[in-house]
Amino acid sequence: MKKRNNFVAATSIGPAANIIFNIIIAIISICCIYPMIFVFMISISSESAIGIHGFKLIPSTFSGAGYSAVLQIGGAQLLQSYLVSICVTVVGTGLGIIIMSLFAYAISRQDFKYRKFFTWVALVPMFFSGGFVPTYLINTQVLKFNNHFWALIIPGLASTMYILILRTYFKNSIPPGLVEAARIDGADEFKIYYKIVMPLAKPVIATLSLLMAIGYWGDWYTPFLYITKNSLTPLQALLYSMQQNIQFIANNAALAQNPTLAVLAKNMPTQTTQMAIVVLATIPIACAYPFFQRYIISGMTVGGIKE
Amino acid sequence: MGSKKKTSRTSTGIFLLMVIPVTIYFILEAYLPMFGALLAFKQFHFYRGGFLVSLIKSPWVGFHNFTFLFTTSSAWIFTRNTIGYNLVFIITVTVCSVALAICINELLNKKMAKVYQTMMFFPYFLTTIVVSYFVMSFLDMKLGSVNGILALFHIQAINWYGTPGAWPYILTIVNLWKGIGYTSILYLASIVGIDTQYYEAAVMDGASKWQQIKFITLPHIRPIIVLLVLMSLTGIMKTDLGMFYIVTQHAGAILPTTQTIDTYQYTGLIANSSIGMPAATGLYQSVVGLILVLCVNKLVKKFDSDSAMF
Repeated sequence: MKKRNNFVAATSIGPAANIIFNIIIAIISICCIYPMIFVFMISISSESAIGIHGFKLIPSTFSGAGYSAVLQIGGAQLLQSYLVSICVTVVGTGLGIIIMSLFAYAISRQDFKYRKFFTWVALVPMFFSGGFVPTYLINTQVLKFNNHFWALIIPGLASTMYILILRTYFKNSIPPGLVEAARIDGADEFKIYYKIVMPLAKPVIATLSLLMAIGYWGDWYTPFLYITKNSLTPLQALLYSMQQNIQFIANNAALAQNPTLAVLAKNMPTQTTQMAIVVLATIPIACAYPFFQRYIISGMTVGGIKE
Repeated sequence: MGSKKKTSRTSTGIFLLMVIPVTIYFILEAYLPMFGALLAFKQFHFYRGGFLVSLIKSPWVGFHNFTFLFTTSSAWIFTRNTIGYNLVFIITVTVCSVALAICINELLNKKMAKVYQTMMFFPYFLTTIVVSYFVMSFLDMKLGSVNGILALFHIQAINWYGTPGAWPYILTIVNLWKGIGYTSILYLASIVGIDTQYYEAAVMDGASKWQQIKFITLPHIRPIIVLLVLMSLTGIMKTDLGMFYIVTQHAGAILPTTQTIDTYQYTGLIANSSIGMPAATGLYQSVVGLILVLCVNKLVKKFDSDSAMF
């Protein structure tokens, strides 16, 4: 026993090296979250302090003017955008996972006659794409995506990568005997899919759902291309529009009818308001991700694409 | 016998039902655009009857769009930037995250190691737009903290969004910052899986820490390094539009170092509403990308058939 401990000690680094490693890694870790803290500090600075000293980690005077401006002027738009983002994320992720797992299950089954053909249907788009211009034109001219809720959902609905991960998982981790037994008991393929295969595939489904949700949540590109209506603008697109023109959040109907709010909107503290919205848009993720993290880490080792 | 045949026929029917939704998705979002890539060889005009009819009716111009594209200087610039940035990104992220993973693995206090990992994973969850605000808070000419620090040393404020030479460094740092937590955790997962007996045996033979890393750790994680690098190489003709369009705030002065194949297509179509040239660029991107993927795969097969993709 003692000998073994000696080995462990010998394979580890010394205490001095440990301190140095800790310092280096701590600095890197702080760098990773520093910008968030910085932006938060800007959001609670006073606009005049920013005007004089620029962005500072510790501002000379604090103020909540940014947040009150957001709540009074941009509150309605922010809420609406949150709602759109949440709807898109939930609907897109749910629907995507369902159709991809159905597809992956079918092509994972040896007794599906057209398995090879449909595998290729999914594989080809991974290696060759028509390009941005034809995709954009098909979506706007043929599918009429403009200012349509489904325009935010459809482009990200399926991905070859995820389908392959699911297929590999179904193939390697679902005992064939179980499927066979269910079939003998008279279950049809749909029943096998949702009664046996999906419950067994929970870990990989959780991970992929999370990855998809992150994708939908962070998608600024799709709304940017197809959405101009304020009521359909998701959070990320709102942040982008604000970067171009802070007055974007003040573009709502309630404001036009209320002259005092309109004056407020004109004089709002632009820098702090902007940063306040960034903080409000990021805080939920920042609070929740330590809980998701584990699923992503466990999921990263789940899927290989090779057969 | 007869009943068995019947079951397999009905299950084929159910399988076909199962593949329909994704197949429709790929037809609409992948195969129809592939057909639309014909645009690159056409002088596109709108005719009555919608886009597809117009596409077919538009006159052929052969390789005119391509020859025109490659006579412009931008073709060279965006190709160089696209491939250059991707290579730099792949190298920096791989080297830094392998080094970081090895360091984290050596830490004696495992609780702190978990905390560090969580902190480093944070940027992965941030969206590009939020990252662009972060970058702006550092680099803004009047208010940004970098110029604030420079002012302490009596250096004149620099207009970062107008300094092309700075952006290769800035974007490399931003990319590293965003990706290092994620990839280092990937490597760490496979380092943790290495059997400790190897290290114990090495210590018996008097191997130093450095030798242990060189002869045990690195060879063990080589397959996953190769796999991840390969996966990144397949995307060498693609860039993240968010990084090169949003984070750079599509400032015109820095285009020589920030224009990539994707921003070129994007601005070509959206800002200049031209169709032929951006479409030709897209096709060029897809074809070169495909050739590179096939070459890389073949090359890998030659040296290490287990790591090949297909």
